[in-house]
Amino acid sequence: MTTRGQRIGAAMLALIGALALGAPFFAPDSPSVQHADLAYAPPMRVRIVHEGQLRRPFVYPVHVVDRLERRFAADTSAPQPIRFFSDGRLFTTSAAWFALGADPLGRDVLTRILYGGQLSLSVAAIAVLVTLVIGALIGAVAGYAGGRVDRALMTLSDFIVILPTAYVLLTLRASMPLTLSTPAVFWTMVGVLAAASWPLPARGVRAIVAAERRQPYAEAAYAAGAGPLRILLRHLLPAAAGHLATQAFLLFPAFILAEATLSYLGLGFAEPSASWGVMLQDSARVATIVEAPWLMTPAIAVVFAVFATHLLTRDQAPKT
Amino acid sequence: MPGFLLRRIGRAVLLVIVVSSAALILVHAAPGNPCSEIGDDQARARIECGRLGLDRPLIEQYARWVRGAMTLDLGQSIRYNRPVAALLAEHVPRTLMLGTAALLLAVGAGIPLGVAGGAQPDRWWARIITAVSMLLVSVPPLITSLVLLLIAVRTGWPIGGPDVPADAGAWSRIGITARSLMLPALALALPIAAMLERLQARAVADALREPCVLAGLARGISRRRAVWNHALRLSLKPVLSILGIVVGSVLSGSLVVEIVMNWPGIGALTYQALLGRDLFLAAGCAAAASTFLAAGVLASDIALASVDPRLREP
Repeated sequence: MTTRGQRIGAAMLALIGALALGAPFFAPDSPSVQHADLAYAPPMRVRIVHEGQLRRPFVYPVHVVDRLERRFAADTSAPQPIRFFSDGRLFTTSAAWFALGADPLGRDVLTRILYGGQLSLSVAAIAVLVTLVIGALIGAVAGYAGGRVDRALMTLSDFIVILPTAYVLLTLRASMPLTLSTPAVFWTMVGVLAAASWPLPARGVRAIVAAERRQPYAEAAYAAGAGPLRILLRHLLPAAAGHLATQAFLLFPAFILAEATLSYLGLGFAEPSASWGVMLQDSARVATIVEAPWLMTPAIAVVFAVFATHLLTRDQAPKT
Repeated sequence: MPGFLLRRIGRAVLLVIVVSSAALILVHAAPGNPCSEIGDDQARARIECGRLGLDRPLIEQYARWVRGAMTLDLGQSIRYNRPVAALLAEHVPRTLMLGTAALLLAVGAGIPLGVAGGAQPDRWWARIITAVSMLLVSVPPLITSLVLLLIAVRTGWPIGGPDVPADAGAWSRIGITARSLMLPALALALPIAAMLERLQARAVADALREPCVLAGLARGISRRRAVWNHALRLSLKPVLSILGIVVGSVLSGSLVVEIVMNWPGIGALTYQALLGRDLFLAAGCAAAASTFLAAGVLASDIALASVDPRLREP
């Protein structure tokens, strides 16, 4: 049975996933185009009234008035109509249009949030998959083997679970080369997240496998001559599917936050690629936050995605 | 009980040893030469390197570090060129302060709100509490810090570590420290308060369905007493059992908050040590952080065991 909250959460997740996947269509600009003369340009409002007359949606283009003080003025004499479904984009204008302002390099923040979603969400999703596979394997081995193997693996996982995640992630990541290409960062981050988080699914899978392997159906499979691998994969692991699904939805938001934090700290993705954490780096300086608060809008994307997942799982066990 | 206590203390000590050794080995394994962090002067760097023993094989450095650690000599920081123990003595109290303040705020807000909300989930105020804490659980310390920083700059609230003038009296010293502690503590406490509130609300709702509470209500005790006396006690067990995890998330959170809000504690020091390949400093920080953690886990174990004697066995 699904509650209203769960349906809203699922819809929010689907929305943000679709926006990220369809970024080339939804974004008004390209994530790497720099308008050097429009660095730190403030958000431009969509208007419909020009000189007292109603018009199709348009924006006033801005130009820089004082580069040092970062003052901008809107050119109210030349409204730029927003064109829909042109150039393969949902909406765009002929001059630069920053719906959520521009970043320090004069790139459109909205565009980069949409493209950033691709990196931030995919690294979290892939890391969840890898974590579940590793956790399920280790849990299954521990539960099936029992005895000394079980004790060793579970002591290790108890140990990892108790450690503060931020310290573990930072230390693991810092023990690798600091500057890497974007794909290398991607897989490093997946590996680091999985290494720090596999015990969570593993403990549950171990308990389920240890209980299920004494069930008559597992004994029957053994009696019929099935090997341990076949019993595990075909008979026991399906029993843990529900547990793994729950874990997936608990890990996903945690990994989105981890990406944002690692990238913010300079240990994740790096310029010029766009991810939510990389974008938040722009607001690291206090002076910048005050002058250009719109640089913090990627935080809204992060909270939106995490909140959606929490809504979806609110009736399941809390993250502990 | 004494046997149980000894076993748990032994486990805590083991945790500290394993964690700090792992940090030392991981930072040593990192690419790049710690000697290159000393300075631009090649010849001086090599001499300095030899003096700190950084050119020896890992196993030798490790043995030396362990021998030193027995006498609380945690080696020398490369970046600061000071003993690690002295650096820790400066930074540990600040993290301890931040963590304690945040924990007090989080428990003080999260537990009562959770009890109130869990007891009457259909009231309008309970719905607001639930909605707010659902939202706050989704906001990591990174973002609470950034938002609070923005508010602080707009209102002129002091940011950064306590900037205490040397000639300040005891009271103004405390005042200045408390003022600058407020924001980082709040940034750290908000997500944890929300987590505790959610957990406590669920635990109270479950406890109110327990037969003993129902029996009390049937016997005619007031609803207020049933909630705040009977159900609260029953609901403390699930909350106490995650105390170790709470201490872990306070540590995790303080790492981020300290860096973002420029609060010079263990977290900020760890970050510098990791980026600078400062291996003895990193190991020292790991030792300090894991001591906090071990203390939290130990406290959680003892609290649980005193609530539920069955847990004393293994």
